[in-house]
Amino acid sequence: MNIEKYLVADYIGGLLEKGKRHDGRAFDEYRKLEIIRDYVGEKSDGSCYVRLGDTEVLCGVSMMVGSPYPDRPKSGTMTTSVELRPIAHPRFESGPPREDSIELARVIDRGIRESGSINFDGLYIEEDKIWMAMIDVHVINHAGNLIDAGAIAAAAALSNTRMPKYEDGNAIRGEWEGKLDFGTAPMPVTFSKIGSSIILDADLMEENALDARLTVTTTETLNAMQKGGNGVFTASEVKDCVRRAFEIGQDMRGLL
Amino acid sequence: MSESEKMKLIENGVRMDGRKPDELRPVEMEIGVLKNTNGSAYVAWGKNKALAGVYGPREMHPKRLASPTEATVRVTYNMAPFSVDDRKRPGPDRRSVEISKISSEALTAVTETHLFPNTVIDVFVEILQADAGTRCVGLTAASLAMADAGIPMRDLVVACAAGKAGGEVILDLGKEEDNFGEADVPLAISPRTGKVVLLQMDGKLTNEEFEKAFDLAWGGCMDVYEMMKKTLVSHEVSE
Repeated sequence: MNIEKYLVADYIGGLLEKGKRHDGRAFDEYRKLEIIRDYVGEKSDGSCYVRLGDTEVLCGVSMMVGSPYPDRPKSGTMTTSVELRPIAHPRFESGPPREDSIELARVIDRGIRESGSINFDGLYIEEDKIWMAMIDVHVINHAGNLIDAGAIAAAAALSNTRMPKYEDGNAIRGEWEGKLDFGTAPMPVTFSKIGSSIILDADLMEENALDARLTVTTTETLNAMQKGGNGVFTASEVKDCVRRAFEIGQDMRGLL
Repeated sequence: MSESEKMKLIENGVRMDGRKPDELRPVEMEIGVLKNTNGSAYVAWGKNKALAGVYGPREMHPKRLASPTEATVRVTYNMAPFSVDDRKRPGPDRRSVEISKISSEALTAVTETHLFPNTVIDVFVEILQADAGTRCVGLTAASLAMADAGIPMRDLVVACAAGKAGGEVILDLGKEEDNFGEADVPLAISPRTGKVVLLQMDGKLTNEEFEKAFDLAWGGCMDVYEMMKKTLVSHEVSE
């Protein structure tokens, strides 16, 4: 049994009942967010390093030439992967993606895909040739709230992605022309429920005590949601979270 | 599908399959359908067909995944290769892994896990035929199978989706509505306690549309819950 986790959860839960967080933040307060665009700008077509408190993620975007899906011959595609690297946390192991990284990647992917921020029809090149936006999120340090940090990094990287030059069916590496057409950035807001308290931007200590979480991704509309964890939400908590997510998302978008 | 065809998803309040906006597809359910499992259920929901079987509580393998304080509820969602139009490659893909994870969490929320430390309650969901909404059908079947297995639970879990297609908020999306519609909101609740145990959403909805879809899905869940209770009770009586 993980005694440390149990004790931390007990401590965090007790504090929240008194209306406090262990680092003194308000319940709706994010940690300091730092965004560094083009962090690895020599090779990748777009990249962004995000620091959210001690959580650090690096997202790289690669635009590749590929073939369209048979049912959408005139549309580009996107793929999102997340790697929880062993340097980021002692619990992370090398190897193929497991359920945690798969869920994380799919939640980030849904937010971007469903928002329509990427104009997929604009990624058509010519007969049987389309652009594929490959979005790779590399977790460098896990200190909680990887969903928000990862999705912010992905949106920031996409909003500053260059289009490689295209010649004779191939992308010319190291030469670019223009930028990826990227609309309103989808912003995720993850609400964490511990006991009866709902807080924003849970850090790693708080995630030890987590009962359930709800991620709400918005642009002008609601685009994606995901509930996680073994706990539950009431109907009014869900509706309240969705309403608040629009406002919080709008504020966060201003920071990009 | 062109714009004009899209409009036909719903016309004068009638959907492609003749349903009203707030109408469920026909649902049939049966429990105790498998011989070798501790509990099982079969659910046919529209053209969806799902089987669920439960083993356990039994010893957890691999051992390091066992929790010394509680049982682990482990759902494995699997689609048969022939369940969809274009054959699905056998084995877990990223979608199945995600659905398995959130279904496990949903059932854990209602299970008296503290009674069986170190064990696993293994729930296998097999989608035999898929026609939109399989995660809801599978989870509903899984919950029935757990009840059939006599696993101590505080409540059943019942799932149902709502969404938006052809510009209207509708209950229980069919295949075309799912493929060409605007949004899908799968919901699972613990109906007796009135709590949300699974919730996802994708597409485009305003806040008002979301609230409408959420309430619609909740109502769908309550209708299916009544059928689940009937199924469980009539099985008890007939035995």
